[in-house]
Amino acid sequence: MTPGVPWPDIAWLLAVAAMTAYLLLGGADFGGGVWDLFAWGQDATLQRRAIAQAMGPVWEANHVWLIFLLILLFTGFPIAFHQLVIGLYVPLNLILLGIILRGAAFVFRAHGRRGVGQQSLWGRIFGSASSLTVVLLGAALAAVSAGAPLTAAWRSWLSPFAILTGLFALAAAAYLAATYLTLEASGSLRATFRRRALLAGQAAGFAAILDLGLMSFEAPRLFLRLVAPDVLGLVLLVGLLGVGSYVSLRARHDGLGRFLAAAALSVMLWSWAAAQWPYIIYPGFTVIRSAAPDLALRQVLTLVPFGLLLLVPSLWLLLHVFKGRLPLEGEGGRRPKPAR
Amino acid sequence: MDNLLAARVQMGFTLGFHMLFAAFGVGFPLLMLVAEGIALRGGPAHYLTLAKTWGKANALLFAVGAVSGTALAFELGLLWPNFMLFAGSTIGAGFATEAFAFFLEAIFVGLYLYGWNRLSPLGHWLTGIPIVIGGAASAALVVSVDAWMQHPVGASTLLHAPARAAPLAMLFLNPHWPVMALHATIACYAATGFTLATVYAFGMLRGRRDEVHQAGLKIAMVLATGAAILMPLTGDMSGKAVAAFQPTKLAAMESQFRTQTAAPLRIGGLPDPKARKVNYALEIPGGLSWLAYGRSSAKVIGLDQVATADWPDIPVTHVSFQLMVGAGTLMVLLALYYWWAVRARGRGLTMAPLRALTAGGPLAFVALETGWVVTEVGRQPWIVYGVQRTADAVTPVHDLLGYLIGYALLYLLLGTTVLWLLRRVERGAPALEEAA
Ligand code: HDD
Ligand code: HEM
Ligand code: HEM
Repeated sequence: MTPGVPWPDIAWLLAVAAMTAYLLLGGADFGGGVWDLFAWGQDATLQRRAIAQAMGPVWEANHVWLIFLLILLFTGFPIAFHQLVIGLYVPLNLILLGIILRGAAFVFRAHGRRGVGQQSLWGRIFGSASSLTVVLLGAALAAVSAGAPLTAAWRSWLSPFAILTGLFALAAAAYLAATYLTLEASGSLRATFRRRALLAGQAAGFAAILDLGLMSFEAPRLFLRLVAPDVLGLVLLVGLLGVGSYVSLRARHDGLGRFLAAAALSVMLWSWAAAQWPYIIYPGFTVIRSAAPDLALRQVLTLVPFGLLLLVPSLWLLLHVFKGRLPLEGEGGRRPKPAR
Repeated sequence: MDNLLAARVQMGFTLGFHMLFAAFGVGFPLLMLVAEGIALRGGPAHYLTLAKTWGKANALLFAVGAVSGTALAFELGLLWPNFMLFAGSTIGAGFATEAFAFFLEAIFVGLYLYGWNRLSPLGHWLTGIPIVIGGAASAALVVSVDAWMQHPVGASTLLHAPARAAPLAMLFLNPHWPVMALHATIACYAATGFTLATVYAFGMLRGRRDEVHQAGLKIAMVLATGAAILMPLTGDMSGKAVAAFQPTKLAAMESQFRTQTAAPLRIGGLPDPKARKVNYALEIPGGLSWLAYGRSSAKVIGLDQVATADWPDIPVTHVSFQLMVGAGTLMVLLALYYWWAVRARGRGLTMAPLRALTAGGPLAFVALETGWVVTEVGRQPWIVYGVQRTADAVTPVHDLLGYLIGYALLYLLLGTTVLWLLRRVERGAPALEEAA
C-alpha cells in the first residue's frame, strides 16, 4: 500500500464536500419549504407554484448528498458514527421523520386534489417539516461541536447555543432559497422573492452574530478556534461575502447575489470544519482515531472518481435542462402573467 | 416488548415497505421505456398515453421509495450501531456503489418526468435508459450487502486483522452475491409486471376494454411472464447457495429437524418445533437432497446440529418459504394460462382469465416479501451469519417501542395516501406538470 497517503483526511474532506453540496442544493430545497409555508401576499399561490417548479425536477437528486454523507461517515468513520447514532438518537429520529414527511408531502400535494398553490394539509406538512428539519440539522451540528457529552440526552442538542444555531440554519436556508428563486422566477415574483431574501438575510446576519456570542460561552473551544489567526481569515471572508451578497441583491444584481450567498455559506461551513479540526465530535472523536483502516478507506475512496465520471455530466444535463435560461413556466412562460 | 424485538420489527417492516416501492422503481422504468419506444417508432398514440400515466405513477412511487430508503440508511445506524461499528467500513463499499446508481437514477427521473416539453421525443426516450440501468444496478448492488450478511467472506480478517480487510473483494467476490442479485432483481420485474396486469385486468373486468387497457395488459404480461419463468430457475440457484453456505437456514426453510440422507422435500405443512416434526406436509422422498445437492441420497444437515437457542423462527421461515415457492409456481401457471387464453380468444379475452389475473397478480408481491422474510428471519439469531449476533448489534438506547409505534403509524399514513393518490392517477387525474 502507498504509505503516506492520508486516507482519513481525504475521507473527511469528501464528507465536508458532501455537506457543502447538501447545504447548497438540499438546503435551498428546505428553504423552499419555508417560503411555501410562509407564502403571503396576493400572489401566494404563484409563489408556491414557482417553488414547486424549481424543486420538482431536482429535489431527489439534491437529497442524495445526505445519503452520501451518511455512507461516508459510517464507511470512513465507523467509530464516530457509532457515537453519533447513539448520542443523537432522538434528534436523528426527528430529522428522519422530517425528511420522510417533507419528501412524501411534496409529491402527495402535487398529486392531490388541490394541487400546488392554495394551502392544503400536505402543503402545510411539507412546509413545517422542512422548517423543523433544518432547525434540527443545525442543532445537531452545534451539538457535535459544543463539547457537552452527546449522551447527556437533551443537553447537547437542546442547549440555547444549539437551538440558536438551528434558527440560524433556518434563516440561512430561507435566504439561499429566496436568492435562487429571485433568479429563477420572472415578472413580479422576482421582486417578491428579492424582498423575502433581504428579510431572511437580515435574520441570518442577526442570528449569526448572536450565535457567535453564545458560542463563546457554550462552545468555547469552537469559538477560540474560529477567532484564532489561522481560521479568522475565513470567518471574516464569510462576513464579507454575506454582506456583499446582501448588497448585490438590494442593487438587483440577482446573479451576483446568488453566487455570493452560496459562497458565503460554503465558506462558513468550511470555517466550521477548520475550527472543528481535528475533531469529528468534540471532544474525544478525532478524524484519525475514528477512521476505518487505510485499506478499506482506499478501496471505497477510489470508487469516488469513477462515480463522479458518471454523475457530473448527468448533473450538468439536469441543471442545463431545468435551470438554464428558460424561464419557469407559469410566469413569463405560457401562462397569463399575474396582475402587477 | 423488549428492545431487540422492537428494533427487529421496525427494521423488518420498514425494509418490507421500502421493498414495495423499490420493486416498482426497478420495474416501472422498463415498461415506460418500452411503451414510449413503441409510440416513438410510429406505434399507436395510446402507447404514449400509457407511458405518461406510468410516469406519473412512477413519480409518486419513486419519491416514497427515496424517502423510505433514506429511512433505512438512518435506521441501519440508529437501530444497529454495533453492526455498523463492526461492518460499516466493509458494507460501505456496497452502499457507495448503490448510491452512485440511484443518484444516476434520481437525476434522470427528474429529466424524464419533467422533461416532456423540454426535450425532443428521442432525447426524452433516451433519458429513460439510465433510469432502467440505474434501477437494476441499485437493486443488484445493495443486495451485495445483504449477501455478505448471509455469507460473510473475510469476516475473520475483519475481526482479527481489520487493517487487512478488503471490502471490495469481500462484497463483490462473494459467491453468494451474484446468485442473490439475480433472483432478487428479477423478482422486482415480476412484481411490477403482475401488479400492473392486475390493475388492467380489473379495469377490463369492469368493462373498460379500451385500447389503453388492452395494450397495458399485454406489455405488463410480457414482462411478467419472462420474469416468472426465470424465478424458479434462479430460485433453485439460491436454494443451492443456501445449502452450501447456510445449512441451518436450509434446515429451517424445509423444517429438516434431523440430519438425514435422502431427505424428503416437504410441500406445505406446519412445523411444530417443540415436537420436532412437521404436520400436514406432503413429502417427496429424497426430494430435498436432490434439489440441494443434485443427488437424492445426499446427506442434509438438520437442526439437530445446532443448539435450540440458535434456531431461527422455524414456523415463520418454513411457511414463508412455502408461500414464496407456491406463489412462484402459481405465477408461472397464471402466465401460461393468460397466453393460452389470448391465443384462443384474441383480444376479446373472456372473463375467466381476467378474473384469474385480478386475483393472482398480487401473488408476485407475496413472493417478494415472503422471500425476504425467509432470507432475513432464516439468518437469525445472527445479523452477520456466524459472526455477530443480532442481540449484540442492537442499540443501547431505551424505549424503542415508542419509536416503533410512531413509525408504524407514519408508514400506515404514507401507504394509504399513496394508494389513494394512485387511484386518482389511474383515473386520469392531472398531476405534476399540469397541476404545477
Ligand atoms: C417474485 C418474487 C419471487 C418468486 C416468484 C420466487 N422468489 Fe425466491 N426470493 C425472492 C423472490 C421470489 C426474493 C424476495 O427476492 C428473495 C429474498 C432474497 C433474495 O435474494 O431474493 C428470495 C429468496 C429466495 C431464497 C433464499 C435465498 C437466501 O436466503 O439467500 C431461496 C432458496 C429462493 N428464493 C428460492 C425460490 C424458489 C425455489 C422459487 C420457485 C418458484 C422462488 N424462490 C420464487
Ligand atoms: C429489501 C428487502 C428486504 C426485506 C423485506 C428485509 C426484511 C427484513 C426483516 C423481516 C428483518 C427482521 C428479521 C428478524 O428480526 O427476524 C430484517 C432484518 C434486517 N435486515 Fe433485512 N430485508 C431486506 C433486505 C435487506 C438488505 C438488502 C439488507 C442489507 C443492507 C438488510 C439488512 C437487515 C438488517 C441490518 C436487519 C436487522 C437485523 C436482523 O434482524 O437480522 N435487509 N430484514
Ligand atoms: C433488495 C433490496 C433493495 C432494493 C431492490 C432497493 C432498490 C432501490 C431503488 C430502485 C431505489 C430508487 C428509488 C425508487 O425507485 O423507488 C432505492 C432508493 C433508496 N434505497 Fe433502496 N433498495 C433496497 C434496499 C435498501 C436498503 C437495505 C437500503 C439502506 C440501508 C436502501 C437505501 C436506499 C436509499 C437511501 C434510497 C434513496 C435514494 C434517493 O434518495 O433517491 N435500500 N432503493
